[in-house]
Amino acid sequence: MTSHIVDARAIHKHFGTLHVLKGVDLKVNERELVFVIGPSGSGKSTLLRCLNRLEEPSSGSIVVDGIDMLDPKTDINHARRRIGMVFQSFNLYPHMTALGNVTLALRKVAGKGRAEAEALGRAALERVGLAERADHTPGQLSGGQQQRVAIARSIALEPRVMLFDEPTSALDPELVGSVLEVMRGLRESGMTMIVVSHEMGFARNAADRVVFMDDGLIVEQGPPAAIFETPSHERTRAFIGQIQRH
Amino acid sequence: MIEAFFNIEIMKAAWPIVLTGLWNTILLSLIVVPLGLFGGLILALLASIRHPLVRWPLMAWVDFFRAFPPLVLLVLLFAGLPFAGLELDGFACVAIAFFLNTGSYYGEIFRAGIDSVPGGQVEAARSTGLSRMQAMRYVVLPQAVRNVMPDLLSNTLEVVKLTSLGSVVAVPELLYEARQAQSITYNPTPIVMAAVIYFLLLWPLVRLLSRLENRALAGRR
Ligand SMILES: Nc1ncnc2c1ncn2[C@@H]1O[C@H](COP(=O)(O)OP(=O)(O)OP(=O)(O)O)[C@@H](O)[C@H]1O
Ligand SMILES: [Mg+2]
Repeated sequence: MTSHIVDARAIHKHFGTLHVLKGVDLKVNERELVFVIGPSGSGKSTLLRCLNRLEEPSSGSIVVDGIDMLDPKTDINHARRRIGMVFQSFNLYPHMTALGNVTLALRKVAGKGRAEAEALGRAALERVGLAERADHTPGQLSGGQQQRVAIARSIALEPRVMLFDEPTSALDPELVGSVLEVMRGLRESGMTMIVVSHEMGFARNAADRVVFMDDGLIVEQGPPAAIFETPSHERTRAFIGQIQRH
Repeated sequence: MIEAFFNIEIMKAAWPIVLTGLWNTILLSLIVVPLGLFGGLILALLASIRHPLVRWPLMAWVDFFRAFPPLVLLVLLFAGLPFAGLELDGFACVAIAFFLNTGSYYGEIFRAGIDSVPGGQVEAARSTGLSRMQAMRYVVLPQAVRNVMPDLLSNTLEVVKLTSLGSVVAVPELLYEARQAQSITYNPTPIVMAAVIYFLLLWPLVRLLSRLENRALAGRR
């Protein structure tokens, strides 16, 4: 058994001849917020997507909340309920209302009745500050509101871990704050989070640990201050320098 | 001219026969369209499996029945099946031929619809624990159908028109009955009646289609 809520070991991922993850180890403690940074194409998204097996790792082992994600005997749909995921492009269901988006899995996966699902769904929307928008469709919401609905869709299932893949990258700058605020609230409520993002300000004051990836490997990791102020690897230094010049 | 094409007396006489034909055309459409939609949906769902062992036979099937003229298929079934020891009436032959032919067309439309839904939709659904089937049913298909509604409708229009092929194998649908009436009365008026009825039957669908297409265009702007 492991004391980490996420325990990924020696993850390799090939896309055809492309070797995208080259043996990544990632352990995450309960209630920890791990921030993942790195250049484009370094494998950040692929790593996240391996954790809930949206992508099948070529080799390695992944245990989340005590469940062996790569065991063929594992009920993957059941396991995924415990791992929320938020995407850069929101991926809300456009043919449903905000509440419909949030209740779909509650009803079809968690097996809740309509009334209970709607009560839970409204509570989740309330947590992201969108109780009033329950009956709006995604097309009627701003990008920031859509992303918050997407977060509500995940947290309604009461996940043990949340994965965020560049949750604010598709947003206009003035809408980023509202999403980060919701994420900060989640963190304060004790949610374990793995966040891929370029929001360095958020990383500095919310992350427990920053992981720097390059070319399919974790190059170095540590507390935000250490990684940002005194990185020990040349590649990290170069990357941080590049980011901060923007 | 009027005597020949719009003969009131003949219209009165032919009306019951033409009405039977109309009824059968509607009945035929009500069987053939859902059958084709169902067949098409199955084909599209199979196609979404994307496994080579499923894909290639499926493509061959769809290509074959889209390339094969439905009239030839129909006559072949009607004339050929008895030799295989299977005696089917014209109605059943039309149903089978249309299932094969229009099912393939509907199948391609559904497939295009499914392809038009961004992959992120399925990923989001799967990430919340929905199974592949559930993601298809609740997330992909509703969007797919909405995206190809004009094409589905336009194909349905074609299918209803094609039911007139039933006359070839003696299914007493509208065209067949009109021709019967024509041969009894020695007057083309019943055919004119059939033509007018076809138009009245299909025109609302055509209008609906235009509206959908305009809306789709407006939506894209
Ligand atoms: N489905 C796929 N098929 C083939 N190659 C892929 C696939 N997904 C990702 N890749 C490749 O894997 C590499 C890593 O991609 P990944 O999306 O994980 O990078 P990333 O660190 O998230 O980059 P970014 O910051 O641009 O999002 C890239 O070279 C990408 O082109
Ligand atoms: Mg990425």
